[in-house]
Amino acid sequence: MKNHLKTIPEKGFTRREFLKSSSGVALFIGVSGLLPQMISCKDTKGIKEQLEKHEITAWVQITEDGEITIFNPAAEMGQGSMTALPLLFAEEMDADWSRVKVEFSPQESAIYGSEGWVPGSKLMFTVGSRTTKSYYPVMRKAGAEARYILRHSAAELWGVPLSETSTKNSEVIHEVSGKKLGYGELVPHLKLPENMPDISESDLKKQKDFQLVGKYIPRTEIPSKTDGSAQFAIDILMPEMVYAVLERGNLHGATPTLLNEVEILAQDGVLQLVPFDYAVGIVAKSLEQVLQAKKLLKIEWSESQATGFNSQEVYTSYENIAGQGKKGRIINEMGSVENAARSASKSYTADFKNDYVYHAQMEPLNAIIQVAEDGQSAEVWVGSQQGPDTKLGVPDILGIAPEKVNVHLQYLGGGFGRRSMNDFVEECAEIAKVMAPKPVKLIWTREDDVGYGAFRPLSLQRLKASVDNTGNITGFSHCVIGDGGHLVASGARNDHYNIPNQLVEWRSASHGVRLKHWRAVGHGPNKFAIESMLDEIAYQQNMDPVALRRKLMADSPRALATLEKVAEISDWNGPTKEGRAKGVSFVEHGSLGTGVCEISVDQNTGKIKVHHFWIALDAGIVVQPDNVKAQMEGGVIMGMSSVLKEQITIKDGRVQQSNYHNYPLLRMEDIPDSIETVLIDSNEIPEGVGETATPMVAGAIANAFLKLTGKRLRHIPFTSERVLAALNS
Amino acid sequence: MPTYSLRINTEIYEVTVPEGTPLLWVLREHLELTGTKYSCGIAQCGTCTIHVDGRPAKACVLPIEGVANGEEIKTIEGLSESADHPVQKAWIEEQVPQCGYCQSGQIMQAAALLKQNPNPSREEIKRYMSPVMCRCGTYIRILKAIERASETTNL
Repeated sequence: MKNHLKTIPEKGFTRREFLKSSSGVALFIGVSGLLPQMISCKDTKGIKEQLEKHEITAWVQITEDGEITIFNPAAEMGQGSMTALPLLFAEEMDADWSRVKVEFSPQESAIYGSEGWVPGSKLMFTVGSRTTKSYYPVMRKAGAEARYILRHSAAELWGVPLSETSTKNSEVIHEVSGKKLGYGELVPHLKLPENMPDISESDLKKQKDFQLVGKYIPRTEIPSKTDGSAQFAIDILMPEMVYAVLERGNLHGATPTLLNEVEILAQDGVLQLVPFDYAVGIVAKSLEQVLQAKKLLKIEWSESQATGFNSQEVYTSYENIAGQGKKGRIINEMGSVENAARSASKSYTADFKNDYVYHAQMEPLNAIIQVAEDGQSAEVWVGSQQGPDTKLGVPDILGIAPEKVNVHLQYLGGGFGRRSMNDFVEECAEIAKVMAPKPVKLIWTREDDVGYGAFRPLSLQRLKASVDNTGNITGFSHCVIGDGGHLVASGARNDHYNIPNQLVEWRSASHGVRLKHWRAVGHGPNKFAIESMLDEIAYQQNMDPVALRRKLMADSPRALATLEKVAEISDWNGPTKEGRAKGVSFVEHGSLGTGVCEISVDQNTGKIKVHHFWIALDAGIVVQPDNVKAQMEGGVIMGMSSVLKEQITIKDGRVQQSNYHNYPLLRMEDIPDSIETVLIDSNEIPEGVGETATPMVAGAIANAFLKLTGKRLRHIPFTSERVLAALNS
Repeated sequence: MPTYSLRINTEIYEVTVPEGTPLLWVLREHLELTGTKYSCGIAQCGTCTIHVDGRPAKACVLPIEGVANGEEIKTIEGLSESADHPVQKAWIEEQVPQCGYCQSGQIMQAAALLKQNPNPSREEIKRYMSPVMCRCGTYIRILKAIERASETTNL
């Protein structure tokens, strides 16, 4: 028999301890207004003093044998931050990438946060596809500062002018004398300059000189994701750990009354019941015990705001709201759509709808928290997209200072926006507080994750367009009706289409259903509506959809370049196989992209088959080209899945789906033969790529369907029933 | 509670858990073999795919008593000596994983496919791999990696 002892996970590091591990130095750099600090990794006292004295940033640690550890401040959920951000640092440092290791930085926003979300405030928040863009200047400047210190130290050591030194591949070089020293060899000789110059943009590398950025660089964490060693929060095991689950029901906002408390407490292994306003929490010694007890719960649920709400019937009331004269909140207004309508030779109106969708990240929500016996500190292991509060709400729940909570970020088994809401962490903290000092692993079952999900809201968009007698679109109005403000309204603007009179407005509805950002947020439904509307106009006007967009994009050269490129690679004007058609769709979401798909439709089953997808993307400077292509591939697949298959429905307030058997995702049998991406050369700053492909898909498919059949798909998902209904209309 | 003896990755483990406990919880929470992941618990997503006597099986619906009679259980940790199974190597070469959470299941399913059918067609790959879902949408690369591994193993 093999005797297994549960092991304590590597705790990552706290601010106080994270530099103790190896010999070498850590460079504390990159914070404006502070001189860089340099401390031996063995000098724990010095480290402690520095950390207490300053809010300082340690981006890199160099050991005497030349190993370089660079810290990544962003969550890694498959989007590649574990490579892109350290790569930017290494590029400017001239580090030998083969000697670079990457670790998560401590979760301390004052030190490692970025101003990329809210200027003036530093956040650690991996959302909105903004990580690379936000940290691009930060990581480059910090890397350049590290390089400066290395050069300065070598120049001092050799007694040569700084200007005569250069760097390459982790070496400082003095060409005149032929001297060279590796960065590791320099560690014992590192000296800080008396006056650290302010590194400006002009001191940074020019794009043409990049050695790493823009090249094919394998992602750092991928090997660990092929042998089971990559650690997700759900994998954490600790001595004395107990397991918690909550029963939340599927009527959001309902209050539980537990009817069989005594019976539950008597179950094998059950240690504790923890009441929540909206749930019943159970703690047991083992996962199988806690799940068994959960099955036995007898709960009476109250009504809630959602009671009586039927998602598939609500569209009629949305149509009425759209028809009311009073405008909602104005999101964008230019010119006068009313004037455009009065002088129009043709007017078009169409409604587009979308049902709720669920995140379905493969790792169910979970967290592990250990509260100290005295309740005055806590350790948290979690896969989170972090948040405005980097400590994820735990300090408030425990009534302790933020610095007493140590968050150890783990890999995320998918985020897609769901893990930017930290309700699951807060739940775990509530229970860990009761169970202290025992560590608590809280797991949401898949049924919990679906039934108590936080969905992309359903919405209705009423679009109206005016076309003058020369065929130009002169007015375009877009009225979004739905719950959640930005969650339904994002992406409704048209900043790249030259239409003189535009109006975008949002009219609210409220149903008591939990909602959250879902990859690309409102862009999915809104781009579907906009792009479909353009093709409907093109269809009616006998115009080619690409030609129509070419005219609209005349003043947006970057957008236009993506249109022209995708038309070229998809052979837009060439012949298409019998029974197939192509559709086009444009999306701006940080980066600009135009997609084309080729589809066919089974007239008997109503099943749409996507054969090919082509994307031309302008993402500014591309840090990791292969990873950007991976994001396009994944974005298209997730888009197809949501557009062809996914649907959360609600009856009398209750979520009708519970697991993957009734919330199916796209499987491999339904993938296209190819997804081809061309990246447009650019010297502009990097833009986000994680959410550009997904919202292209609905419009591209609907437009291909229109071309193929002359019929319109105006309600996502395009289920077989809806496709057959459209075909028979 | 009964004690069960399990053969996993060439080792013998003994574990005391209630009858009916899914193998998945035993692997993950009792034996620290956390490379096999939980995602749906009802054999729909394939994330927990392992091999039992060389065939792919979903650990979330295997009661422990059904696999404690000498069956050979293989998890991602035991697929190769040093993470160098042709499928694992192809996975790195094609840069397949994104979030990575489903990838143990994908790799175990792919390894089982190539063992049964060293030269699968594209359609055979798609059909065989369809039980394992990926939310990040890495399917195109999974397909390419299996084709690559298939070529490698046939050299």
